[in-house]
Amino acid sequence: MTSTILRTAARVLMPLLLLFAFFLLLRGHNQPGGGFVGGLVVAASFVLYSIAYGVDAARRALLVDPSTLLGAGLLTALASGVPGVLAGGPFMTAVWIQPGAASRSILVGTPLVFDIGVFLAVIGVVLTIVFTLADVSLSED
Amino acid sequence: MAYAGAQGILHLLQSVRMTTFLHIAVVLSPFLALPLTGWLASRGAASARLLALIPAALTAYFGYAYLMLLSAGPFTVTSTWARELNLSLSFYFDGLSTLFALLIAGIGTLIVLYAARYLDKGRGKFFVALFAFMGSMLGLVLSDNVIGLFVFWELTGFTSFLLIGFDHERPAARAAAIQALIVTGGGGLALLAAAVLLTQATGTASLALMVQGGSLAGDPRYVGIVLLLLLAAFTKSAQFPFHFWLPNAMEAPTPVSAYLHSATMVKAGVYLIARMTPIAGGSTMWTGTILVFAALTMVIGAVRAVTETDLKRVLAYSTIGALGILVLLFGIGTTQAAAAGLVYLIAHACYKGSLFLVAGSLEHETGTRDVASLGGLRRAMPITTVAAVLAAASMAGIPLFFGFIAKESFYETVSAVNTAGGLLMTLAVIASVCLGTAGFVAGIAPFHGEPNPTRGAHETSPAMWIGPLLLACAGVVLGIVPMLAAGPVSLATGAVTGAASAVTLELWHGFTPTLLLSVVTLAGSLLLFVQRGRLWRLRWPAALHSERLYSGTLSGIDGIGRRIAPALQSASLRSYVLTVLVTALTLAAIALVANGVLPTPRRWTPIVFHEAMLVLIVVAAAIAAALAQSNMAAVLSLGTVGYGVAVLYALLGAPDLAMTQFAVETLTVVIFVLVFYRLRGFADLSSRMVKLRDAAVALCAGALVTTLVLFVGASGTTSRLAEYFAEAAPRLAHGLNVVNVILVDFRGFDTLGEATVLVTVAVGVRALLLIGRERRP
Repeated sequence: MTSTILRTAARVLMPLLLLFAFFLLLRGHNQPGGGFVGGLVVAASFVLYSIAYGVDAARRALLVDPSTLLGAGLLTALASGVPGVLAGGPFMTAVWIQPGAASRSILVGTPLVFDIGVFLAVIGVVLTIVFTLADVSLSED
Repeated sequence: MAYAGAQGILHLLQSVRMTTFLHIAVVLSPFLALPLTGWLASRGAASARLLALIPAALTAYFGYAYLMLLSAGPFTVTSTWARELNLSLSFYFDGLSTLFALLIAGIGTLIVLYAARYLDKGRGKFFVALFAFMGSMLGLVLSDNVIGLFVFWELTGFTSFLLIGFDHERPAARAAAIQALIVTGGGGLALLAAAVLLTQATGTASLALMVQGGSLAGDPRYVGIVLLLLLAAFTKSAQFPFHFWLPNAMEAPTPVSAYLHSATMVKAGVYLIARMTPIAGGSTMWTGTILVFAALTMVIGAVRAVTETDLKRVLAYSTIGALGILVLLFGIGTTQAAAAGLVYLIAHACYKGSLFLVAGSLEHETGTRDVASLGGLRRAMPITTVAAVLAAASMAGIPLFFGFIAKESFYETVSAVNTAGGLLMTLAVIASVCLGTAGFVAGIAPFHGEPNPTRGAHETSPAMWIGPLLLACAGVVLGIVPMLAAGPVSLATGAVTGAASAVTLELWHGFTPTLLLSVVTLAGSLLLFVQRGRLWRLRWPAALHSERLYSGTLSGIDGIGRRIAPALQSASLRSYVLTVLVTALTLAAIALVANGVLPTPRRWTPIVFHEAMLVLIVVAAAIAAALAQSNMAAVLSLGTVGYGVAVLYALLGAPDLAMTQFAVETLTVVIFVLVFYRLRGFADLSSRMVKLRDAAVALCAGALVTTLVLFVGASGTTSRLAEYFAEAAPRLAHGLNVVNVILVDFRGFDTLGEATVLVTVAVGVRALLLIGRERRP
């Protein structure tokens, strides 16, 4: 598919979508959003890119194999449970720290790490399925 | 600037319970070291050898734990996970568990050294599996929580599966790996059931507390507990009639056979019986069942060992025989028997580990394990010869070797058993005679006599002879100075019987009937060894192959599956959906009728114009999807349904849900389009009647869901969950978005499970799509 309009639009939309996805991921704890929907948006942006430029170009743009993201996501989510154990609680007890000055009231905790794990895993799941399907479907036509 | 952050981290570190945490981390260190293991081992033999430092350090640690045990008595380290579910990671150090841990770590050190040199390829994969096994085995013997015991028990089976099937391109290795997994995994399930019954009967999941509680012989669950425990122990420790998996497991690389299938894992069943003696032992049922099966096992294993010529099979069958003896001794369970069992266990681990490693060295140097074609290697491999002869002498029970003391203790225990003492004694002597012969076959025959023409066999490198030599020498040292072993054996005996006991081990017992039996045994072993050529010509009768039990069961299950599967698995998505919907409808209808009249509906809200329009669009799109005449029209109509519902979510105050639904719908359409490339064109596959039936079911399902939605909340149950979460989310989890806080914090463990499911699905989809295709570069 070589549509100039689609390609141009994809080029403009891609960074916006990615930015929006990170925005969703980070604000998810207090406002609508979160790792799951953020991951879906990232995946959708790469699907858009693959429709405009082809699956191989989308794979290259992703920099890592989607199946790597599967494992990385699960391991990140799993690892977010460990600090709670180290702090003497049950596995996956949230641990929060306050970086920066106390007046800025920014809290960073293991739930964010967990959400990042979900984020990565969701990207991996969707793109593994879509890219593999695209490879299989488009290769024998 | 980062002061507050540093303070936070400091606070975190201070709250760590260091000592407990350190103990647990040390016991689990083989697991924690897995990344390092894989990296170092794949860098070559020299780097892989460094890994021996880990089990060596563990040996030192368990030595230290043993000293703590001597001074302060048994101790437990616990990290509670879910107290309500009796789940915790806890390790119990007493005489028995620490002795096993010392053997596992100590022999493990030698095995790692040996394997680093023995393997030519795939070291990374091998050592990762080996260290995972080592961690599982340590966890198994040290676990205090019965569920933890089960988990580690299954992990040893799983890692054993990986190691037996290490050479996974050979069908025989794969079949043996699957067989071992099925047999020991089945036993593992029995152990889980036993663990549940034990927890119910004693009210605790802690083994240490169970042991304190004493015998369960009066409990109504006792019979079940005994049978399940014995099933688990018999499958793991290769007792008749489950023994067949062990010789087949010899497909594993030889260091694995030496470590898992001789020195450690197969002793897990023995450990279980020893550990459970105070709880389940002592009854006629327990001892009687064990005596019958263990006696059969020791005779079958030992006799069959002398008819084999493959060195590893000789050793495997003799291991079965020895396991029979061990299970027998711990099944008798008296102080004398437990002490004899522990002595036999240590002696066996030393000489059998050594002989297995020698067999591996022989194969490494000559390319064959067939003892009939090996001979005269004593000049080519002098150090290995010394190790082999010393180990064989211990196995045959020659005086001044630890095996002698083990056999004497064994005979004395058996002669003290009153019931069927004469028969049992005869069987014990027969088994010992054959085991001695097997020792000579494995340790003397390859080195004795005229050199057979073998291609350039020469002495192995130090890494490969140090293990067998040290293990064999341990048998000599303990044989001459048995007092060295008396302390650990006494302590472990106390742990088995539940009463403090002082065991004395002596080199010379005086002229007793037992000594006479030992002499007879040795003479018998020598006689059979001289006549070994004739024994090798014997064929084991096919009727006695209990492996047929396994293959028969499997093919039976296959047969049932072939009959049932076509009815249940029609491979048509539509019929699955139909089954699910009809079942749900029927059950819901029964529930509604049984409960009488439906509750009055909740209050109606006024209908707003734009909401009504949206609903109409969704309904129209749904009808269009059902009536569509092309794939693309159907997909787009479904997409419209999805988007319409998403807008409704957004209007009704669920922005999280709406966003997710939008993204999912978009991706679904793309995936559908990609799938249609593969599908043939749009086709009408259903008859008119089938369509009418499907429409009726669909309408009923829709009506049911509508009814449920309308009446939910009007049934009298008022839920305070919403208020609770709205209040607790900012207070406990520092978040205002309740939905997300529930997902990542309150119910984070559920989300982790769901993420795992998603990832599994992705892997499954990829595998299914790529079947029969070249992998993309």
